Amino acid sequence: MLKLLKRLGVYKTAVLAVVLLVFLQSMADLYLPTLMADIIDNGVVTGDTPYIWKIGGIMLGVTALGAIASVIASYYSSKAAMGLGRDIRRSVFNHVERFSLQEFDQVGTASLITRTTNDITQVQQVVIMLLRMVVSAPIMFVGGLIMAVSKDAKLSLVIVVAMPFLVGAILLIFWKGMPLFAEVQKRLDRLNLVLRENLTGVRVIRAFNREREEKVRLNKANRELTDVSIRVNKVMAGMMPVMMLVMNLTVVGVIWFGGMRIDSGAMQIGDLMAFIQYVMQIMFALVMASVMFVMVPRAAVSARRINEVLEMEPTMQDEGVRKADRERGTLVFDRVTFRYPGAEEPVLSDVSFSAKAGEVTAIIGGTGSGKSTLVNLIPRFYDVSEGRIRVNGVEISDMPQEELRSKLGFVPQKALLFTGSIADNIRFGKENATIEEIEHAARVAQAEEFILGLPGKYESIVEQGGSNLSGGQKQRLSIARALVRKPDIYVFDDSFSALDFKTDAALRKALRSETEQATVMIVAQRVSTVLDADRIIVLEDGKVAGVGTHDQLLEDNAVYREIVESQLSEEEIA
Amino acid sequence: MTNQKQPVRPAGGPGHPGGGNMMMMGEKPKDFKGTFRRLLRYLRPRKQALTAVLLAAILSTVFMIAGPKIMGIAITELFEGAFAKFRGVPGAAIDFERIGNILLLLAGLYLVSSLFNYVQQYIMSGVAQKTVYDLREDVNLKLEKLPLKYYDGKAKGETLSRVTNDIDTIGSTLQQSVTQFITSFVTIIGILIMMLSISPVLTLISLVSLPVSIFAIRPILKRSQKYFADQQRTLGELNGHIEEMYTGHPVVKAFGRERRAVEQFDAVNEELYEAGRKAQFISGIIMPMMFFIGNISYVLISVVGGILVTQRAISIGDIQAFITYTRQFTQPITQTANIANVIQSTVAAAERVFELLDEQEEVAEVTTARLESAKGAVTFEHVDFGYGEELLIRDMDISVEPGQTVAIVGPTGAGKTTLINLLMRFYELNGGVIRIDGLDSRKMSREDLRTTFGMVLQDTWLFNGTIRDNIVYGKPSATEEEIIAASSAAYADHFIRTLPEGYDTVLNEEASNISQGQKQLLTIARAILADPPIMILDEATSSVDTRTEIQIQ
Repeated sequence: MLKLLKRLGVYKTAVLAVVLLVFLQSMADLYLPTLMADIIDNGVVTGDTPYIWKIGGIMLGVTALGAIASVIASYYSSKAAMGLGRDIRRSVFNHVERFSLQEFDQVGTASLITRTTNDITQVQQVVIMLLRMVVSAPIMFVGGLIMAVSKDAKLSLVIVVAMPFLVGAILLIFWKGMPLFAEVQKRLDRLNLVLRENLTGVRVIRAFNREREEKVRLNKANRELTDVSIRVNKVMAGMMPVMMLVMNLTVVGVIWFGGMRIDSGAMQIGDLMAFIQYVMQIMFALVMASVMFVMVPRAAVSARRINEVLEMEPTMQDEGVRKADRERGTLVFDRVTFRYPGAEEPVLSDVSFSAKAGEVTAIIGGTGSGKSTLVNLIPRFYDVSEGRIRVNGVEISDMPQEELRSKLGFVPQKALLFTGSIADNIRFGKENATIEEIEHAARVAQAEEFILGLPGKYESIVEQGGSNLSGGQKQRLSIARALVRKPDIYVFDDSFSALDFKTDAALRKALRSETEQATVMIVAQRVSTVLDADRIIVLEDGKVAGVGTHDQLLEDNAVYREIVESQLSEEEIA
Repeated sequence: MTNQKQPVRPAGGPGHPGGGNMMMMGEKPKDFKGTFRRLLRYLRPRKQALTAVLLAAILSTVFMIAGPKIMGIAITELFEGAFAKFRGVPGAAIDFERIGNILLLLAGLYLVSSLFNYVQQYIMSGVAQKTVYDLREDVNLKLEKLPLKYYDGKAKGETLSRVTNDIDTIGSTLQQSVTQFITSFVTIIGILIMMLSISPVLTLISLVSLPVSIFAIRPILKRSQKYFADQQRTLGELNGHIEEMYTGHPVVKAFGRERRAVEQFDAVNEELYEAGRKAQFISGIIMPMMFFIGNISYVLISVVGGILVTQRAISIGDIQAFITYTRQFTQPITQTANIANVIQSTVAAAERVFELLDEQEEVAEVTTARLESAKGAVTFEHVDFGYGEELLIRDMDISVEPGQTVAIVGPTGAGKTTLINLLMRFYELNGGVIRIDGLDSRKMSREDLRTTFGMVLQDTWLFNGTIRDNIVYGKPSATEEEIIAASSAAYADHFIRTLPEGYDTVLNEEASNISQGQKQLLTIARAILADPPIMILDEATSSVDTRTEIQIQ
């Protein structure tokens, strides 16, 4: 939490202004009882009505001043708090944009989203409250003390005696309460997690007859939450009564000792009344401050989650400076091994191949054999553990990531589209693409027909996540997006799976002429997709089990033959 | 539905951020009276505790209200004595004995008041939390009895919000608002009586400030609502952008669009800042405004009160008492003004929870047949079924012998998954019978029936735990060898070993750290480990390649 609050430093002036203005406002509030004391001592006692009116007028002026100060304070505090929220949001977003897929895997996309949205909002809320209420507490407190001492220093000793009791009681309660608050939050999260799992997994739970265990799990989470909630509320139950009691007893003490001071002529009755009001104001300031303790634990959890993201350093360094322009359209894997940190076995081991412009290289293999991992290494979503990858003849870690990716047309397994028009989505691949280029790309991707069938044609809006398009349509748009780039290397990660065989064939035919100058990498499940590739790489458990054309592999590769046999009928093979 | 990547947005919950309760527009419950009564029923078992709370709250408040008046008497006594002495009345002195007695009484009063206050809050914490516990427990039990039809028909987020946010709302109302209402009510009445008994004129002055503040604050409130709406809208826009850019992260990276993403983000973020700043500013001046008006009445009371004292109409101690009362008056007033809103939103929340509790339950079990260990014969006889009015399956007959493998083929929507729903008795038949080894599936317990099947769904549900935990889900007693054997049979052993922690790799909350195909392999391993007589694969291998698929089979 503190770490995030340090960012308020940027708003030094605003925060300073808030403190100053709140100080002004507090002083105005504190000055009122003094003026009232004047009314009593100089007006009431002598029966001087005009004096009473005059002081009354001054009091109105003072209170107006206080009000103006607090309005301006509100201006600056909202500026600082919202500014802080904006800054944290910006740096988290910027930071996350630098993450490689490895960091995304680690935290989880949904969790990253909540951290960037809800958690930051939560922290921002607390900062607003902090600036609005909590800042005024110590000022009110110190100001009240100063006023009290100036009225009658000796009588202030009563406050000095009472204060340790009050502060001690508050600290004791919070010392006991704070860990409990954190615990409540933890157990609430736990209960929600178990509940969510029960809701989403209901079929599996019932199918495996685990209702009883789940019921026990839920009950346990519920009971644990209830227990700690009761405990925390019981502790907090002491808060208000103790504060009120100390305050009221202090007032009683002030009257008693004040009476003696009056008796000895050291003090006037109006001063005593003002004094009583100071005591109340001081105590209320403390009550206000205690609000903070309820909110801070919640925000602290959010702050920790935000900091976790900010502290996560992208594993990948973007330090390369070379240009990727040595041998256009070539891709080389040189003894590439990749393993997740801490993993027992590598996902890919010792993979080598090289592809030239105009060639199609297909990768085929079982689930978990490492196909997707292999293509994810090309745009440097992950860094290789051993070996090297060269694009256009230059090692990819030697060039800036931006340079590398500008040479690639990547079509991911899941066709991710963005809100905006169809044209916008295709233009995603090339910002300054002309409408002709977009139409051409759509035509090659076999998307033109369905786009022209839409009411708004190229300007039809794609909803969030592309929910208004079919899986096949999304895939074709995602292919068009890569085509419009006219890259040196195309990567298709199982991108034809949602297409029917006819479209698949037509698309690959159209691609041929489009990609004469480029290397094409295709990850595929279907043998029919890879039949006419220049080179098929068969992956088995992360190792290359064979490289060759369809006919060569069918001849001498057992794994490939099994794959083919599992898909094609006898006559198709022959 | 583990792969749905929708961010969890808290539905309901606190309204506008930072707007305070003043701006919360409670939604209206449909049947206020009925729901309210039903909610009271949850409190019935704790009637005694509640009565104690009520009593303690009233006593505490009454004692607290008596305080300033008695303090006023002490001050008047002081003043009279000092005034007489000041004027040189012979023998005049402050009667410290009397004042001492009054102060002792006052101290006692405050002590008792605080004590009752503590007792009240202490008891209430138990009452509130236990009531919430009961409510949650009822919901938990209910969830188990609800038919699959409910789960398939309702958005998970909505049910989740009923169980969490709505119950939370009820809990905090019970914990804080209920006693607050009582004390506020007693305080207002009590203070009014005290004020009137001191001076009707001063009472009028302090009461006038109420309509004035409402009048002054209304236009501000209106403006702020507009700004809050703006803030909400831009926040939604920004969150939408974040969600899109994060889910599309690989594409954004691959096409080098990070900078554009950040630019767009900055633009909306800036807009949000502007809207939020205005909203917070406007809502931030409401309190000062109220304080200002309160201070004006404070000034007026000091002035008019002072004049009244010079005319000997009231005593000086009464002014002190009066000022204290006015200071204590505003808080309960604002609280009561909120009562309607709070009660309304609480009852609305309770209504949503009760709606869930009133959902139709699964048909009760009749267990006249025991199925010890099925051989695996399944027959459908004249089965009719439909999700709604319209029948999807009509007079279907199927017969499967033990050891046979049956494939169900058909286009999307043909009812393949429906057959599985019926077999597992997730849904009830409209007509006909399904027999397992010749026994009517409705005559056996659901547990027996479901133990017979190993089900691998198209939708792979895994929970937030280690891979090992997920595999042993169907058979908690499984040994390490069995786990590895099942994983190997499902062709999952290799990829599990490539993961960072192998079998101890913790799947994150959305299980996004493994691929869809890998998830399916895990669910298959889970089903294999449970070793059921009948195995159902519902497009279980749609994301697994064909060769692995054949090997598994």
